[in-house]
Amino acid sequence: MSQSYDRGTVEDFGRWKEFSAGMWAWIFHKFTGWVLVGYLFTHIAVLSTATQGATTYTQTIRGLEALAIVRVLEVGLLAVAVFHILNGVRLLFVDLGVGLEAQDKSFYASLVLSGAIVVASVPTFVSGAF
Amino acid sequence: MSTGIQESETEADTEEQDTAAEESAAQRQRMETKRQRAAERDLQEKAEEELDDSENAVELKVFRYDPEVEGKEEPRFDTFHVPFFKGMTVLDALIYARDHFDSSLTFRHSCRQAICGSDALFINGRQRLGCKTQMVDLDWPVRIEPLPHQDVVKDLVVDMEHFYDQMESVEPYFDPEETPKKSDLEEQRQDRENREKIKMSTRCIWCGACMSSCNIAAGDNEYLGPAAINKAYRFAMDEREGENMKQHRLNIIEQEHGVWRCQTQFSCTEVCPKDIPLTEHIQELKREAVKNNLKFW
Ligand code: HEM
Ligand code: SF4
Ligand code: FES
Repeated sequence: MSQSYDRGTVEDFGRWKEFSAGMWAWIFHKFTGWVLVGYLFTHIAVLSTATQGATTYTQTIRGLEALAIVRVLEVGLLAVAVFHILNGVRLLFVDLGVGLEAQDKSFYASLVLSGAIVVASVPTFVSGAF
Repeated sequence: MSTGIQESETEADTEEQDTAAEESAAQRQRMETKRQRAAERDLQEKAEEELDDSENAVELKVFRYDPEVEGKEEPRFDTFHVPFFKGMTVLDALIYARDHFDSSLTFRHSCRQAICGSDALFINGRQRLGCKTQMVDLDWPVRIEPLPHQDVVKDLVVDMEHFYDQMESVEPYFDPEETPKKSDLEEQRQDRENREKIKMSTRCIWCGACMSSCNIAAGDNEYLGPAAINKAYRFAMDEREGENMKQHRLNIIEQEHGVWRCQTQFSCTEVCPKDIPLTEHIQELKREAVKNNLKFW
């Protein structure tokens, strides 16, 4: 709604400390969704090196996987994907009207579960890179 | 919710009475004096507590703004120190501040019992009813602001016109296709299950807290908003209105700025002072709308 004057942080992200679970779930879901879309482009770019022959593709992949930063980003990608999927399932239940009174708990559960899966994946992702 | 008032133990007293009745007169006498002494002790304790409490002052930080008075056009926060008493609500504190310190402090209130819906405020960063919010449940100092996403008219008074427009736009009145015959006592009976289904949705007091908390409503002025959709739910789910009327109601809520704008952030459900499961109702209407339009042939 239009404001007759600037009310400062009353109405914007400056209130983030006061956001509740459902709001955070929404913000994270949008964020992770768009990161995944962004990754899709990178993914296609890397895969399309295969059109220049098998060796080019193998070299590109080897070159990328040799970089520590790529390994770290891969952990980040997994984190984003896992959260998006788990919270996506939560949202599907919300759409079906199942367990709406536990929507905050299911958000925390997706967070914790994502965290656990990501931590467990770290050894696999970074092995040999550092 | 805690009112901060200690309720006295009555159960133990009645138990004592029951057993005492069966015992001798002397015993009854002894129990009587004992009870009296306990009551005196209670009173004494209470008085002491109240004395202690009166030294307690709540600090209020109240949003002030008055475009019509020179020097007050700039929004600012005023601080008030109000003596605290047990059971004090935010509205009590505001009334005290207005009556004792600054009679120009402006806010809406009427029923003081969470039924008129006029004192939804932004208290410590959350939409709450002033009269339903206990001081003891808040962190002090208490920051009181007008509802976000609505134009401020003066101090804590916001312009509710847009909210009311959205409420009116869903035709919030009972409109049945058929009325019962005179011989049927002219009563429009509803069965128990159906009444139970719409029970929570009938409790809306038009306070606007939900609309103010909604991030989508803030960005889309045409969005019906949680309260209006809940109103539509209240009538669409009422079986007495008939099938055609339900179709009409579904048409209203599945417009571009209707139920599909809801992103299930649950902010409205969190703040509703009448505990209406708003998100649940919006989601159910979404499913109704889909069922209504889905054809497999
Ligand atoms: C099993 C995997 C996935 C599940 C269960 C899932 C689930 C969901 C759901 C339920 C929503 C709707 C959120 C809402 O109601 O507001 C959503 C939104 C979104 N998803 Fe996914 N998703 C998955 C995979 C992906 C992938 C791979 C991408 C990227 C290519 C993606 C990108 C997005 C984006 C950008 C949005 C936000 C759309 C908007 O702005 O409203 N998702 N996802
Ligand atoms: S639905 Fe709840 S928060 Fe919204 S106007 Fe009605 S009573 Fe207020
Ligand atoms: S004064 Fe009526 S709802 Fe608070």
